[in-house]
Parts: sequence; C-alpha cells; structure tokens
Amino acid sequence: MKRSTLVALGALVVLSGCGAAGNWGWYVIDPTTPKGWSNITFLLDGFWATILLSVIAAVLSMVIGLLVALPGMSTNRWLRLPSRIYIEFIRAIPLLPMLFWVFYGLPVVLKSMGISVSIDAFWGAILTLAISDSAFTAEIYRSGIQSISRGQTEAARTIGLTYTQTMRYVILPQAIRRILPPLANQFIYIVKMSAFASVIGMQELTRRANELVVTEYRPLEIYTLLILEYLVLVLIISFFVRWLERKMGADESR
Amino acid sequence: MPDKSHAGSGKAIEIKGLNKWYGDYHALRDIDLTVAHGERIVVCGPSGSGKSTLIRCVNSLEAHDQGRIVVDGTVMKDAASIEAIRSEVGMVFQQFNLFPHLTIMQNLTLGPMKARGLSRKDAQARAMKYLERVQIPEQAHKKPGALSGGQQQRVAIARSLCMEPKIMLFDEPTSALDPEMISEVLDVIIDLADSGMTMIVVTHEMGFARRAADRMVFMDRGQIVETGTPEDFFERPKTKRCKTFLKQILKH
Repeated sequence: MKRSTLVALGALVVLSGCGAAGNWGWYVIDPTTPKGWSNITFLLDGFWATILLSVIAAVLSMVIGLLVALPGMSTNRWLRLPSRIYIEFIRAIPLLPMLFWVFYGLPVVLKSMGISVSIDAFWGAILTLAISDSAFTAEIYRSGIQSISRGQTEAARTIGLTYTQTMRYVILPQAIRRILPPLANQFIYIVKMSAFASVIGMQELTRRANELVVTEYRPLEIYTLLILEYLVLVLIISFFVRWLERKMGADESR
Repeated sequence: MPDKSHAGSGKAIEIKGLNKWYGDYHALRDIDLTVAHGERIVVCGPSGSGKSTLIRCVNSLEAHDQGRIVVDGTVMKDAASIEAIRSEVGMVFQQFNLFPHLTIMQNLTLGPMKARGLSRKDAQARAMKYLERVQIPEQAHKKPGALSGGQQQRVAIARSLCMEPKIMLFDEPTSALDPEMISEVLDVIIDLADSGMTMIVVTHEMGFARRAADRMVFMDRGQIVETGTPEDFFERPKTKRCKTFLKQILKH
C-alpha cells in the first residue's frame, strides 16, 4: 500500500513534467524562500475551512439521513411516502445547481416568507452538502437496519421496549457496525465535494489555490499541491476509519 | 385504556373466530381456543399448519384479520391494549433472538430497566435470580455468541421471565438445537410448567408433551382439528389427519 502510493505519486510528478521540460516553476511553493513560504501557508490555511465544512456537513447529513430513513421503513405507507419522495428528489439534483439555488435562491424564498436571513458561503455550502448527501446516508441506514434480523425487533418488543428504545438499544448498535464502511465512503465524498464551495466564495483549499493561480500564473504546481492536499486528508480519514472498524470488530466477541 | 371488562372470567386467553390471511393464503381459519390460568397447552401439527402464526397472534407479533383475542381480561384492539398484553406475555423464539452485542446480563436487564423502570441494581438482582433458575449464572458476563445453543435458549427463557409474565409462549423452542441440548432446555420449561405458569408451547417433542401438557391442540391447514388430554390424544386420536401425523412423527 505505502510503496504503491509512493510510486503513484512519483509517476504523477514525472508525468506532469512531460512536455514542459525545463519549464518547472516549483519556486512558487518553495518553502525555503519567503515568497514560497507565504504562498504555502496561504494554501494550507484552507484546510481548516475544508475540514470544518466537511465535518459539520457530514454530521448534519447523518442526522437528517436517519430522520428520513426511519419513517421510510414504516409499515404505514403515509409515513413511507414522504421519505421516498425526499430521497428520490434530493438524489436527482446535482450538487452545483443545488449550491447555487441555496446560496442565491433560498434567501429570496425566505424573504418572501418574511424571514430575512442572509446565508453566507460557509452555511450555504454546509446546508447544500448536508442535504444533498442525506439522501444517500438515508439509503445506507435503511440497508443497514434492514440487514438486522426481524427476530431482534420481535424479541425487543416482547420484552416491552418501545419503538424508540428498540432502535436505540437493539437495532442501531448492531447496524452501525455494518453501516460504518459505506458512511465513511460518504464522508470522503463530502470532503471532495466541498471543493464546490469555492464557487460561492468559501475560502477553502480549492478557492485559495484558484486565487493563487490568478496571481502567480503557475497552475500546474499549485493544482498539483492542491490534489496532494486532498489526498492527505482522505488518507487520514481512511486510516481513522480502519482503526475504528478494528476497534468495533474487537468489541464483538463472535 | 385497555378494556378490562372480562377480568375475573378466570381465563388467561380467549380466542374466538380468529381468521388470518397472507394475501390469498388463508393462514388461520375460525380458530376458537380458551386457555385457563395455569393451563399448559401443547400445539402440534405439520409445518405450515399455522401453529406459530397462532401463538404469534396472541401477543400481536402478527396482526389478525378477524376475530377476538382477550388476554388476561384485556381485549386486543389498539396500541395501548397490545402494550398491556405484551407486558403480561413472555415469548421464546426458535432462533433465541438474543441481542448479540450485549452481554447475557445486559440482555436480561434491558427490559426491566427500560420498560419497567427498575434500577440497575434491582434489575441485576432479578436477572441473577432467573439465571440461577435456568442454571447458568456463571455465564452472566459473556456475550451470547460465546454460549452453546442450549445455553442461549435458556438465557432467552430467563430474559422473558425477568419481565415476570403471567403467560409464556414458546415457538418451537428446541427446533434449532443440536439433539444433545434439547433436554436441558425442556427441563427448564418443565420446571416452569410445574411452577404453575400458564403456557402455550408449539413443539414436536412428544415426550415433553406427554409429561407437561394439560391439553393437546392439533392443527392442520390453519385449523384446529383436534384437542384433548395427552392420553386421549396419543392413545385414541379421533381424526384421520391426526393419526397420520402421529404415525409420521412417532415413527423414529
């Protein structure tokens, strides 16, 4: 894994140099020069926005997803229907148009309803990422919960647990182990999609890279670094999730 | 509020004109069955005869389409009455259905603590009492996966008893067990029967039926075909279907 990663990175750098031999401009992010160093810190400062954006959006998405998934599994079709409609509708909207709609359109809708709030880039991006992603997390919850045998619910109900207690103490703790890997996938997806927040002015990794490209005219070097920044972020998440899975797996003595 | 108008009638369970369909399939046909307090009923019959469906209707794990079910004076009609009935009826499943992510102790204390509001200390004391009764107190801190099938089923029985039910339903409690573990589970059920617990047991264990049942109920194709004392049932079966069934099941 580690070696193949290094090989891939090496190949990337070599390939990106092809056809432009002698035309490198790494000075733009050379940490040994004051200019390069200030450029690097400018770019790396975007990490905080990207991380904050992704984490808050992911948490919201997990909450909304659960609230959508639970009625979706009801035996009552009037509870199932809104959940189904939400999932089908939200899943069909591409992220970028939804982002524009939330950022430029939603304040107008709210204003016409007498609610005057301005949605800044940060919360506009979080809201969009969370809602857009929640349709997918809802489906992940549904498949995870439905994979727990019906007998578990029946046993819980016969010892007097309510629906909420059954979910909280019996079903979800078992489902979460199976849901974790696909949820982690979704989180990685959110991290990458957060790059779209740059188009509404959010000062995250991609936005900062774009701004630096405009002043330095060095797209190859700056965007290469940008890709590496996302790569590092996603690899850290992957390792963390692996660790979490091992920890949970060890808890289950089966 | 649950309708208690039948309280004092002395019946633990009254079922009248019960019908159930799965789509076009008529799973239960015109079932009438009355169970007295302290009575032990064994239900048998070929697979697909509706035995499990019948007892699952008693605590409303299956909804019925027609008919009247009264459990300990409570008429089954709305969510509140189903809640009231479930709090008096314990159930043991073929597949045990223990909660695999919890220890044995947590399996036993979950219901008493969350549904009955017992303190952890009281719930644990109660759990130990019933674990001793099913003779596995030493397994309290293991997870279900570490136990044998027979032990798991005894834990499942103890888990039901922790809710101190008046009536126990057993849905083929030994059918998923290896042969050498059947008797340890049946011993626990017999012990429970001897203590005066009202129970309905769906089983093919005819030795157990002779030993523990007050009354046999034979079902076929969704109907109750024959009922009687174990002696009459085994020695003098009245119907042809029942004779055929007994011949098949006692052959081995």
